[in-house]
Amino acid sequence: MFYAYIFLPFMSAILVPFLFKYFKHRVHTGWFVLLVPLSIFIYLSQYIPSVAAGGTYKYTLSWIPSLDVNIVFYVDGLSLLFGTLISGVGSLVIMYSIFYMSKAREALHNFYIYLLMFMGAMLGVVLSDNLLVLYGYWELTSVSSFLLISYWYERKSSRQGALKALLITVLGGFGMLAGFIILIMMANTYSIREMIASLEVIQSHVLFIPAMLCILLGAFTKSAQFPFGIWLPDAMEAPTPVSSYLHSATMVKAGIYVVARMTPIFGGSSVWFWLVAGIGIITLLYGSLTALKQTDLKAMLAYSTISQLGLIMCLLGVGSLAVYYGPGESGTIFTVAGFAALFHLFNHSTFKGSLFMVVGIIDHETGRRDIRYLGGLMQVMPITFTIALIGGLSMAGLPPFNGFLSKEMFFAAVNDVSKAGIFGLGSIGILFPIIAWVASIFTFIYCMIFIFKTFGGQYRPEKLTRKVHEAPWGMLISPVILAILVILIFFFPNVLGKYILSPALTAVLPTMQASSYDLKISAWHGINLELLMTFGVIVVGFLLFTTSKKWIQVMRNYPQGLTLNHWYNQALTGTERLSASLTNKYMTGSLRHYLIYIFSFFVIVLVSSLLLLYGIRFDFSNHAAISIFDVGLVLAMVIAACTVLFASNRIMAIVALGALGYMVSMFFVIFRAPDLALTQMVVETVSTLLFLLCFYHLPKLKKGIERIPFKLMNLIISIAMGLTVTLLALSANGHKLFEPITSFFENAYELAGAKNIVNAILVDFRGFDTMLEISVFAIAGLGVYILVHQRSKRREQYENE
Amino acid sequence: METLMVILVGILISVGTYLILSKQMLRIVLGVSIVGHAVNLLIITSGGLKMGTAPLLGETAPGFTDAIPQALVLTAIVINFAVTALVLVLCYRAYRNFGTDDMEQLRGNEHE
Repeated sequence: MFYAYIFLPFMSAILVPFLFKYFKHRVHTGWFVLLVPLSIFIYLSQYIPSVAAGGTYKYTLSWIPSLDVNIVFYVDGLSLLFGTLISGVGSLVIMYSIFYMSKAREALHNFYIYLLMFMGAMLGVVLSDNLLVLYGYWELTSVSSFLLISYWYERKSSRQGALKALLITVLGGFGMLAGFIILIMMANTYSIREMIASLEVIQSHVLFIPAMLCILLGAFTKSAQFPFGIWLPDAMEAPTPVSSYLHSATMVKAGIYVVARMTPIFGGSSVWFWLVAGIGIITLLYGSLTALKQTDLKAMLAYSTISQLGLIMCLLGVGSLAVYYGPGESGTIFTVAGFAALFHLFNHSTFKGSLFMVVGIIDHETGRRDIRYLGGLMQVMPITFTIALIGGLSMAGLPPFNGFLSKEMFFAAVNDVSKAGIFGLGSIGILFPIIAWVASIFTFIYCMIFIFKTFGGQYRPEKLTRKVHEAPWGMLISPVILAILVILIFFFPNVLGKYILSPALTAVLPTMQASSYDLKISAWHGINLELLMTFGVIVVGFLLFTTSKKWIQVMRNYPQGLTLNHWYNQALTGTERLSASLTNKYMTGSLRHYLIYIFSFFVIVLVSSLLLLYGIRFDFSNHAAISIFDVGLVLAMVIAACTVLFASNRIMAIVALGALGYMVSMFFVIFRAPDLALTQMVVETVSTLLFLLCFYHLPKLKKGIERIPFKLMNLIISIAMGLTVTLLALSANGHKLFEPITSFFENAYELAGAKNIVNAILVDFRGFDTMLEISVFAIAGLGVYILVHQRSKRREQYENE
Repeated sequence: METLMVILVGILISVGTYLILSKQMLRIVLGVSIVGHAVNLLIITSGGLKMGTAPLLGETAPGFTDAIPQALVLTAIVINFAVTALVLVLCYRAYRNFGTDDMEQLRGNEHE
């Protein structure tokens, strides 16, 4: 039953094209697709009561049992929180997309297949217990995200955005794979459960830190943390339902999920705390600052997503301190930070999802997404405005919306960190609340810009491309549901806390006893530092917002050359150019250059291995005597070879080559090899004839066409080659490791009935060689025939001309 | 004797390599042919020289020369010849088609 739901998105994706084809003009395909996440949501909701009571479920599906790799799904609080988010927001997004995506114009089958693929992959990521399976699903989310971003593939910006997202997330994915493999090696198991059970082995291992860094690389790239966040704004080229689903509510939280999942393993170490909390808070500041400059609403929301993800990441880092302290008073304080992370994660999904849908509605109804053209939409789109107001104010952290609660808890957490006094926090811990506070001011300002530059001010219909009216009801359903959730959570946060967040927290921080801390979220908790900070945010933010015309222009003039995007582009084109020039440098297309590489490699490797590994020893003891006749023959051969070398005309070179061949056959006579001498003589005659036959057609040998450096290079290499071969042959000749096996073949008469041993070897003992040699000959003959007879197209052209 | 042969082989290899590295196609074919001879001589040499009589069972003298390198070289000679013939005709065709025998000019499109 469980598997049916988990694999439902993949299964139903197969059906989508058929549904699209048969109901093309009657029913929007999205209505069928809507059933999938809805049924998954309902199914997963059934787990909530039992998981809240502390139950966990494990489902194992055999996949590669011989390697111990099985598809293991594990349902606990954390995966259930994510699972319900994925299926719940997924249903709303598909509902929204039914009205957003045109039935007539869009390739809906592609859209819904990719979306379902993504949904299935994401469910797999959060439910997998086997690390390798988790990685598989993880890459599937990258791939489906790539497909969704480039959904309008005819646009250049879509393709570029998709490529960027893929490059960065897959880079991180590979890092994570490496980290997972290290982790698997350390713990000797694939299961996260069992890793947590054998913590001591992992934490004392040498590779503990490298594994952590690799896994964090994956988590940070996926969750768009600093400095890997640059892909997220470009991913806004995707259709708005995709941006809303993938790039605000689910996929970008996959990194956060991994960090939360790995907290029991890595949490408690200072590197983990500093990386997660430090990068998180930098991302928070960077995202909120950059969001201010944006004029495109979607880009603004993208940077705001980056910033909010940084906030959650920072809270998770702070929460990991609880692992360090263990159960106790200090531990409890930081456990609350972990709780805040999960709470804000949920809140962010609600309000950011609704805000993206609002932007989609504005885009859909006005044809514009740039705040410089928008304004005064309050009168024409009251419902959209209300949703935007709720979402925006919640994002800014104002009551009575859920963002307020999680922002208060965030402030409390960073205040606690500044007082913690471990991991070197004593001296610079105070930076945490300061940065958090400043970033919150920026967040407040861009939320105000988002709401009031779009909906407030002058209504200018002449600047908009369409006649503006309120969005259709279907498009409003999903954002309205999300906005209602935003308010409901503010008033009843403890319902959510008790049933969903507490069990999730137990999964993140299993060492903490759930009963030891009181997880009551209260909207009013007395006048304390956090409330004063929020008050300060509102006052300062409001002042800055009213004067924003003056200073925001200064921010927009920030030089392009210093942005992360610019560096990314430079690095991309730079590496491309570098590799191209590198390849062009050695792949010259000249045969001679390649031969030089090959020969040099041959010489260097052989000589150095001879000298370094074996040492050269010569042994001349067994050598035969030299007669005058031999010396004369050798000299004659050298002269013949040099004649070939220096010959200035073809005839001379060919005749000298022939002489060389005949002298080789004379050597065979001396060496008591009559068959060889015979063959060599015949072959040499025939090949000399062949040369002579061809020579009339062949070009004349030219002298002096090669320059001196060219010749010098050739000389050096050829002498080196000759010396290497000589050296090798000399050192090899002196050493016979064992007796040759020739004595066996001397039984040729008994075994093969032949008196000529060489011939017996050729046709009897080793007849296969001869057979294949004959086929070589046949193929060469055919080749020659074809080459001679096939008429060349180019030659015909010449002849026709 | 072996040392002398090895030195001869080295010289032949040098000459062959030099020819292979030159620009003209015909020289390359000549070079390949010379390297072929050198290798054949090297194989024979590595089997030991002048030890005993020719490997014919009718001979009465004690001991034969090593027959295996001879069989190997016999195969090598024939293959060498086949390859030389093919390459030679290939040269002829290339020259007829492209009108040049300069290897530096016979490169891919982007180098023309």
